[in-house]
Amino acid sequence: MILRVENIEKKFFDPIEFKVLNGISFDVQQGEFVTLVGKSGCGKSTLLYILSTMDTEYSGRLTIDGEDVTGYDQNRLAAIRNEKIGFVFQFHYLLTDFTCLKNIMIPALRLGKLTEEEIEYRAMEKLRMLGMEDQALKPASKLSGGQQQRVAIARALINDPLIIMGDEPTGNLDSKNTQVVFDILQELAHEKKQTIIAVTHDNDFAKASDRTIEMVDGRIL
Amino acid sequence: MNINRNIAWTYFVASKKMTIVAILGVVIGISIFMFMNSMAAGFDRTSGESFFKTTPHIRVYKDDKISQPLKEESLSKTLIVNPKVVPSINTIDNPMDWVKLIRKQKEVVVVFPQVSCPVFYNNGKSQITGTTIGFDPVEADKMFRISTFTVQGSIADLSTHQDGIIIGSGIAEKMNLLTGDKINMTSSKGINLTLTVVGIFKTNNSKEDKTKSYVNLATGQQFLKENNAYVTDINVNIDNPDRAPEIAKELTNLTGYKAEDWIAANETYMAASRIRKIVIMFISFTLLIVSSFGIYNILNMTVSQKINDIAILKAMGFNGGDVIRIFVYQALTIGAIGVMLGVLLALILVQALQHVYIGGDIGYFPIRFEPWVFLRGIFIGLLITFLAGFVPAKKAAKVDPVSIFRK
Ligand SMILES: Nc1ncnc2c1ncn2[C@@H]1O[C@H](COP(=O)(O)OP(=O)(O)OP(=O)(O)O)[C@@H](O)[C@H]1O
Ligand SMILES: [Mg+2]
Repeated sequence: MILRVENIEKKFFDPIEFKVLNGISFDVQQGEFVTLVGKSGCGKSTLLYILSTMDTEYSGRLTIDGEDVTGYDQNRLAAIRNEKIGFVFQFHYLLTDFTCLKNIMIPALRLGKLTEEEIEYRAMEKLRMLGMEDQALKPASKLSGGQQQRVAIARALINDPLIIMGDEPTGNLDSKNTQVVFDILQELAHEKKQTIIAVTHDNDFAKASDRTIEMVDGRIL
Repeated sequence: MNINRNIAWTYFVASKKMTIVAILGVVIGISIFMFMNSMAAGFDRTSGESFFKTTPHIRVYKDDKISQPLKEESLSKTLIVNPKVVPSINTIDNPMDWVKLIRKQKEVVVVFPQVSCPVFYNNGKSQITGTTIGFDPVEADKMFRISTFTVQGSIADLSTHQDGIIIGSGIAEKMNLLTGDKINMTSSKGINLTLTVVGIFKTNNSKEDKTKSYVNLATGQQFLKENNAYVTDINVNIDNPDRAPEIAKELTNLTGYKAEDWIAANETYMAASRIRKIVIMFISFTLLIVSSFGIYNILNMTVSQKINDIAILKAMGFNGGDVIRIFVYQALTIGAIGVMLGVLLALILVQALQHVYIGGDIGYFPIRFEPWVFLRGIFIGLLITFLAGFVPAKKAAKVDPVSIFRK
């Protein structure tokens, strides 16, 4: 078991007190490809921010890779994110002042386990996998939304994270590229035993995954 | 390159116009800071130099005493008293013993006794009032470096001519005297002597040059109608003139006579010089602070423009410290370039001003390259840069990525 969520609750107080997550508990096994579905506003993104350790204002317990990370300080959580979690965002994608290649390399440069040449080689590999190798040296700001999203996916993969989380990672992609990304994720899960947790509105995408968790109004069905 | 520095550099290059403006601010602030402080140091040095042409670091002399009421119980009774200076001879008893003792003190480098006597230089019917100083020419030259400002003859000739005298250039001009000429003088004690001019000095302090003359100690004592044990002052020079107040205190305790340091002796001048220093400090620091606003401004802008980037970096595992480093590196890059160019500009300004002739007592503008001033400028410049960058960087480090992603 790679991820355990125990009775997680979260409230917002602004503008009025409002419980967006209500007693959420589930386990995810290593190598599992899990999708998270539910109506808009039901709390999927909110949950994903908690799972990714970025949001620490919740009650309940979160265990990642056997470590109870609830209550860890920000620096420890940052290190866990850097090494163990890859994240694809719903809207905000890339650092616009850098090339695509550099964007992908940054998390690995931060981790500092490989040399710059090795990192660059790996980054190019990821780009090729996603059919983006010809855009490598373009500034990130000059890409279309779909292209940016694919670069963001490549970036999430660069450190071979244990868990890859995506908030609608294929939201901006056409069906052909959605299929490409799905195949990549599935291969990572089943062959490299990396765990995938992805929010999606795409029913086919959800159905094809190993398991679908459905949320309604801050609860799991 | 370290990734934080790499990102900092990218931001540095990305906002060219503002970066250049910020750098210019630092260049101007730093160069004016260094320039003005070099100027202040130059003024201090020249005024110090001109002081020490005529003033010892410490002067030991017998202070006048005010008469005290004879009766102790005067406090309880009303008593009319009329305090007066006690009439006594201003001589230091056994001066040579004191000279020997003072010479043994730590940090003391030159000690010699002198007498000073008010005199008239008789110029036909008219008289010039002035002062003559009697001392041992060899020791006195060690202290005042008289040989560096004698324009005719030499101080050494005074040692060989018992009846010799060295006069200020102002006296020489008025009385139309050259070395070898005779000069007639009358002292306040009514002694009249005719001496031979063996040298003429020019301190560039016109008051000194118009009134002062140097004679042998014995001649001075003769003017005062006193024997060869009579001495009014003991002059003392030490290693470091700045330590004069402390050492003067020690000498007062040691001898029981009044020991006055040059700083106390020139109270008014020192106060004016302190005010000048404060004004220069104030102006140059204000400039530095204003120039740091440029850096603060550009960093604040970058932080708010790149708030998305900061959120993404944090999501990818950059911690607060990394974010601070990114923006502080950016600030320091601007600061370092600004400081470097500022040093260059300051050097050019100092060079240029060195060749400006002011005239009068000063001559060329008293400014030169002051390593300490420059080092201090570099240090303060980088420190202010750091602080100007640190404040926005700290703000950036506090950015909550989730609240950015939710927008
Ligand atoms: N900062 C906030 N303060 C108050 N309420 C918030 C805040 N952020 C989100 N919410 C509310 O919390 C609920 C869950 O939001 P969340 O973004 O998790 O939904 P979601 O399931 O991801 O929706 P979508 O599919 O549209 O992305 C929504 O009703 C939203 O209005
Ligand atoms: Mg969402």
